[in-house]
Amino acid sequence: MTTNAIKLQVKNLNFYYGKFHALKNINLDIPAGQVTAFIGPSGCGKSTLLRTFNRMFELYPGMSAEGEILLDSQNLLAKSVDVNMLRAKVGMVFQKPTPFPMSIYDNITFGVKLYESLSKAEMDDRVEWALRKAALWNEVKDKLKQSGNSLSGGQQQRLCIARAVATRPEVLLLDEPTSALDPISTGHIEELIHELKQDYTIAIVTHNMQQAARVSDYTAYMYLGELVEFGETDGIFTAPKRKETEDYITGKFG
Amino acid sequence: MSTSQAIGSEKAIKVMSQSTQRNNAIYARRRLVNGFNMLAATLAMGFGLFWLFWILWTLLQHGLSGLSADVFTQITPPPGSAGGLANAIAGSLQMTFFGILFGTPIGILAGVYLAEYGERGWLAPATRFINDILLSAPSIVIGLFVYEVYVVSVGHFSGWAGSMALALLVIPVVVRTTENMLRLVPNSLREAAIALGAPQWKVIMYVTLRAAKAGVITGILLAVARISGETAPLLFTALNNQFWSNMNQPMANLPIVIFQFAMSPYEDWHALAWAGALLITFSVLTLNILARWFASKNNSTH
Repeated sequence: MTTNAIKLQVKNLNFYYGKFHALKNINLDIPAGQVTAFIGPSGCGKSTLLRTFNRMFELYPGMSAEGEILLDSQNLLAKSVDVNMLRAKVGMVFQKPTPFPMSIYDNITFGVKLYESLSKAEMDDRVEWALRKAALWNEVKDKLKQSGNSLSGGQQQRLCIARAVATRPEVLLLDEPTSALDPISTGHIEELIHELKQDYTIAIVTHNMQQAARVSDYTAYMYLGELVEFGETDGIFTAPKRKETEDYITGKFG
Repeated sequence: MSTSQAIGSEKAIKVMSQSTQRNNAIYARRRLVNGFNMLAATLAMGFGLFWLFWILWTLLQHGLSGLSADVFTQITPPPGSAGGLANAIAGSLQMTFFGILFGTPIGILAGVYLAEYGERGWLAPATRFINDILLSAPSIVIGLFVYEVYVVSVGHFSGWAGSMALALLVIPVVVRTTENMLRLVPNSLREAAIALGAPQWKVIMYVTLRAAKAGVITGILLAVARISGETAPLLFTALNNQFWSNMNQPMANLPIVIFQFAMSPYEDWHALAWAGALLITFSVLTLNILARWFASKNNSTH
């Protein structure tokens, strides 16, 4: 676990919502092919940090990031980086399931068609592959033409994961992917994260500390825009180095 | 200690019964106020519906007797002879069709701009403000405008001029509904599409507009309903025609024929005017019901 290459390297990252200093001098190395969890109380900046990795923050005015985030040693915050290409490489799944208003099949192909031109047969294969990756294939294989909205919440979220996986990104960002789901669907998705980390580098934001402990290899604890502690998940949960981390994970605070 | 407890519990019961009495008084008052408001609201609704049904009843009474196959096959007659409204119906349909054809794309594009691109800068708020003015502008002003700009320069009234005036009425309605419907599309859906690396125009074309489709169609149907009864903007643009005409000539249309025939002293013209009014009213009613149906379909699937 210690000899892993670094996929994402955050260097002296500062982030501002207007005048509000939301992320304070973050330094962090996210290892390739591992799951890194971000925990901390609401408003600590963990989602904000995640949204700098694919530059989602740029959609809204008044936000700015300073510092460097190196994706395979290339600074993705640089002006010269094509932001759409970046987002094709760094996929994201959100808190609420967001199926597009089209069929299950088209939900998957929407992202694929943006950057690849596949034949019908290749596309069929890709759809099946992505849905199998997201453990959804058996449930939807007979109704690929139905609307994505016809699925249950947990299925919709797995559809969103399949959609993100289908474009074969290098990094997968999960922003509280199970907070709107019941325990069974949550279990499905956690198993999925285990499966997916063989091919992808995964960063997950979660409010659920048991979940962080279950699914992640590395954990980062954040508070008030600062990275308090970062290390292997086992270490963070059994022998945290900082008092604040211990207070948070034992429930004394937060 | 046990006596003091007993006294305490007696006190508690007393306080409780007092508060129950007070609650009963409050409750009775609330029921009274509720009953009064309910009655007032029901009466107000009845008052509104009364006039609506009276209008519909009068229309049916007078219009049904004038309605016959001739209305749809014969052209507008001179006084004293038999005829129908065929040229007026066709004229209204043509001008409404072209008005929608010209107005809808402009309206949808402008609505998309306001909802999707207009986050920053002054252009979007200014456009929205002007659109609101256009939305509430008296339609006769629109007619005069087209008269001044188009009719005067080409030298004659025409169906195209009428379509233009109608298109100008369609635009603000479609802009408003398109913007509102796009704003109802949750931002999370946009973010999800953008997070896949989709450029903004693809996000709009394939995701947000599609999610708002039923609402946008509803807006178009409402715009059709709005312009199909407009008289004032056609008065200075399409004018009227006793005969069949093409779009380059003055063109007959239902609202103006109704106006002309109803103001005349001839009985048979009156009957045709009633039939025309009935036609317009019920097609608008049908369109509104269709629009509602579309809207409810939208709600049930998303």
